Amino acid sequence: MQKIDLILLKYGEIALKGLNKPIFERKLLDNIKSRLDKIGKFSVRRAQSTVYVEPLDDAADMNQALKILKKIFGIVNICPVVKCEKNMESIAKTAQECLSGLDPSGKSFKVEAKREDKKFPLNSPQLCMELGGILLDRVEGLRVDVHNPEIVVNVEIRGEAYVYTQKIKGAGGMPVGTNGKATLLLSGGIDSPVAGYMIAKRGVEIEAVHFHSHPYTSDRAKEKVIDLAKEVSQYCGKIKLHIVPFTEIQLAIIEKCPENYLTIIMRRIMMQIAEKVSRQNGSAALITGESIGQVASQTMESLVCTDNAVEMPVFRPLIGMDKEEIVTISKKIETYETSILPYEDCCTIFVPKHPKTKPDLAEIIEAEKALDDIEEMIEKAISEEEVLVIK
Amino acid sequence: MNSALETVYLDNSATTRVYSESAALALDAMCSSYGNPSSLHRKGIEAEKLIKKAKEQIAVTIKASPAEIYFTSGGTEADNLAIIGGCNANRGNHILSSNVEHPAVMSALQQLEKKGYIVEYIPVQKNGIIDTARFSKMLRKDTVLVTCMFVNNETGAVQPVESMGKIIKKTNPGTLFHIDAVQAYGKLPIDVGSLNADFISLSSHKIHGPKGVGALYVRSKSKLLPVQFGGGQQNGIRPGTENVPGIAGFGLAAEMCHNNMNQKIEKMEYLKQRLKNGILNNIGDVLINTPDANAAPHILNVSFAYVKSEVLLHSLENDGIYVSSGSACSSHKKGPSYVLSALGVDRKMIDGSIRFSLSEFTTEKEIDYTVERLVENVKNIRKLMKR
Repeated sequence: MQKIDLILLKYGEIALKGLNKPIFERKLLDNIKSRLDKIGKFSVRRAQSTVYVEPLDDAADMNQALKILKKIFGIVNICPVVKCEKNMESIAKTAQECLSGLDPSGKSFKVEAKREDKKFPLNSPQLCMELGGILLDRVEGLRVDVHNPEIVVNVEIRGEAYVYTQKIKGAGGMPVGTNGKATLLLSGGIDSPVAGYMIAKRGVEIEAVHFHSHPYTSDRAKEKVIDLAKEVSQYCGKIKLHIVPFTEIQLAIIEKCPENYLTIIMRRIMMQIAEKVSRQNGSAALITGESIGQVASQTMESLVCTDNAVEMPVFRPLIGMDKEEIVTISKKIETYETSILPYEDCCTIFVPKHPKTKPDLAEIIEAEKALDDIEEMIEKAISEEEVLVIK
Repeated sequence: MNSALETVYLDNSATTRVYSESAALALDAMCSSYGNPSSLHRKGIEAEKLIKKAKEQIAVTIKASPAEIYFTSGGTEADNLAIIGGCNANRGNHILSSNVEHPAVMSALQQLEKKGYIVEYIPVQKNGIIDTARFSKMLRKDTVLVTCMFVNNETGAVQPVESMGKIIKKTNPGTLFHIDAVQAYGKLPIDVGSLNADFISLSSHKIHGPKGVGALYVRSKSKLLPVQFGGGQQNGIRPGTENVPGIAGFGLAAEMCHNNMNQKIEKMEYLKQRLKNGILNNIGDVLINTPDANAAPHILNVSFAYVKSEVLLHSLENDGIYVSSGSACSSHKKGPSYVLSALGVDRKMIDGSIRFSLSEFTTEKEIDYTVERLVENVKNIRKLMKR
């Protein structure tokens, strides 16, 4: 475990938001605080487009905080800092220790210094030269490159001296909650959690809907979706998950509609239910994990038919991605292992043998007329939903 | 739903409800007799006594002596210890088994195959039972081990282990004989003398004892090397601090389950027949995968044509009835049951197979309710599947 006294967080895009900047900054700070609250007492404050995170007691684990901060949208860079006394010797010693964790032999470096406390005897350029010289002497194999260094040793002279050598890439994006709310259709597969992650990254709060078809799917399938929502919530914060019973509707579709249209009609109804749930919960758009041509129900023609079922905008962040690219992200955000567990979700059971890949919207609308009481069935399904707040 | 029948548990081959007496004893072993059985002080002796008692309770149920009982973490470990530890301690390069063994045996044998042992799997007949004449022919002078289950966990078929033991003793007395009796224990009489077995695996949680504990019977003269190493407990055959609460609970469960065992067996057999007849008389297109004769009293495996077993399982679950599709141990693997495949059951019928497994607590009312719900659910599912 690395010694961390303080973490500096830099945010990029927000800083360019002009007059709205304070709104974004406040939201980011709130998000950081509520996430860190779960693991201990931390002070989170902001100055000059930097957020400072410090432990308030011994139990507050900075390494654990670092892990959490890496998953908060709106943070571009994360710098774990070691504090020391404001004199050359302890600064040099601390910098040396920080370097030893980076396997410095053979690497190039430079020193960057900021002197906020003007009483410190050396000014910034002098400090850079002085410290650079000491480190060059003491750390074997290190060489100087002020233009393209592999390692940057940062020193800031404030109330104490801050030393840091690592700049960790943050999750990027915008603070969740600064861009409204949208509803994710969350199946148990690989795609939908990734889609939710990508939209949340742009600052959108996530509401989720899952369709449960017991006894055609097991309660394990439901548990799996809850687990996936938990994993996604590591990035997007709190998620309200609506589990809507779908068996009756599914059976009605199977009974009354032509086999080759089963999947597309099912998806249209799922979209309609999600739209209703969205309206009731102040969410303004839908999110799906669809990607053009991935399966029969995601061909261009099928997407046109699904899209037609609702009025709300449907965000499909994976629309132009290959499966491999989606898998890469799902591994990165750690939803992949859960996604590939084998419990069947309602999309994989009752799959027609020959689904239409070029469905005709007029034919579908005609076929759906057989579902004469679908409005009531939808109302009933929503009234029987189970709602879980995932944090 | 019949509210009087909120839970009809017919998955007793997966695991059983623990006797409350057994659970209470285990709790007591955790909270008051919590000493380490190897400690020299009184607390240690107190715990050691619990183990001694359990050994006696178990030994008497299989007509063994207490010194021949070794505790393990369960059936899987007992199988592994017998198979790997037995082969390591004795000469010979050839192993005989069947093609319907539990994965605990199959996987241990595959490990030995990798090390150069030649393992032959006797194919069972259509009824799931080994033909002893065929077994005799396959037994070789250099056969170091024969390992065979007593009762098949998926179909309930009883293997002719007694005849196999006799054949081994007569033609090849040097060959070790291991019986995986996990599903037979408490459901059939077991007598180590007449079985001529060197090793017998038992499990606690299949007989209303706690999970995480099992036993291996090791005949006093049979040689066995440990497969794990530690502080020398249990003569070094199975080192590691004993699971005292589990062992104490297991011992009591063994005793309780063998009380009036014949009556319990009769009752289970009667209910199994009632279930079978109820299904055969009320539902068409079914196949009974459990043999008529030579079957354990508690397992009935049935294939329903035009039904996906998982869907039927979850429909029954809605009615409060808990069953298994194929074997619970292999439910997390996809693919058809290898046991039913070995019996030559058609793939479509395997996909619709359900295992009902009874216990001494199963009632007639529960069986009748199950038949009633089966009729209804199978009808509904077939309406969709047959389209």
